[in-house]
Amino acid sequence: MNEALTAETVTITGNSGDEIEAYFARPQGQDSFAGVVVIHHMPGYDSAMKEIARKFAAHGYAAAMPNLYYREAPGASPDDAAAIARANGGVPDERLVGDVAGAADYLRGLASCNGKIGVIGYCSGGRQSFLAACSLQLDAAVDCYGGAVVNVPQGAPASMKPLIGLAKDLSCPLLGLFGADDKFPTPEETAELSQVLDGFGKAHEFHTFAGAGHAFFSVDRAAYRVEAATEGWAKVWDFFGRYLAG
Amino acid sequence: MCTYLTENIAATGSGKGSDGWFRLSEVSVYLDHPAHALADHTLNIDFKNPRQGPSARVAVELTAETARALVKAIEATLAAAPPGLV
Repeated sequence: MNEALTAETVTITGNSGDEIEAYFARPQGQDSFAGVVVIHHMPGYDSAMKEIARKFAAHGYAAAMPNLYYREAPGASPDDAAAIARANGGVPDERLVGDVAGAADYLRGLASCNGKIGVIGYCSGGRQSFLAACSLQLDAAVDCYGGAVVNVPQGAPASMKPLIGLAKDLSCPLLGLFGADDKFPTPEETAELSQVLDGFGKAHEFHTFAGAGHAFFSVDRAAYRVEAATEGWAKVWDFFGRYLAG
Repeated sequence: MCTYLTENIAATGSGKGSDGWFRLSEVSVYLDHPAHALADHTLNIDFKNPRQGPSARVAVELTAETARALVKAIEATLAAAPPGLV
């Protein structure tokens, strides 16, 4: 792995045929690769999330991260766009699925793509990764501390529904990475989700890291926990390595 | 966690954002992840005018301790104003 990559902003066709912005990173000098759709966290399509997309490219995957707030605030700074999206009640679930489908199609259309597509999301994106994996035909999904899958938090918009009822439709193996100190989701909620997935015979592996709470992968935030993040990334590489190989 | 705990009020006044001064129309107060403050969660206030676009926003992210002190300071300042001034 030489970690050579190219990264750029591209336009993809999202939900309802909308043209939306996406950050795209791909490995250089590699004849074949799988694709990974990166779903950004609730604070938005920011530099830290773009760094994660580049990390996937450095590890041999083509990564596409749609700007989920592009419609609300094209060209705005990520924090301003996130504030607008938040004030509007977040991203509608149906629109999210369409945007992830568009990013997956973009990746499948690359000449060197091996046809395998994974999805990974952080924070609200963790919930959305599960949603996408229950709504689209994918090859592997990673949920990083996504809340509101089992229970929806107080104050959430009425349109936000729990997703646990979709578990029977999970289309691919699921890796869950959670913090033991997180409140959304709590370890009890992730245990409940695991039990429901067991009941449907859905392949999944959940890891809950001690000493970590929500957003432990975020290197630029106080929530960052180096031990959990390092172990978590190792789980991601192992998981995608098994399910996205050509 | 990502919360949606939000209080919105209509606002009259002005704020100075990245493009200079603008008239305020709304203030949102919410508890959530900060974009910049070094804390897991902060009390965030957006002074804004959505009709002028996403950047017509003055944002602050405060620890709970600072937010409570700010509330007291605002109330104390208004209470100390001479009669008829505000």
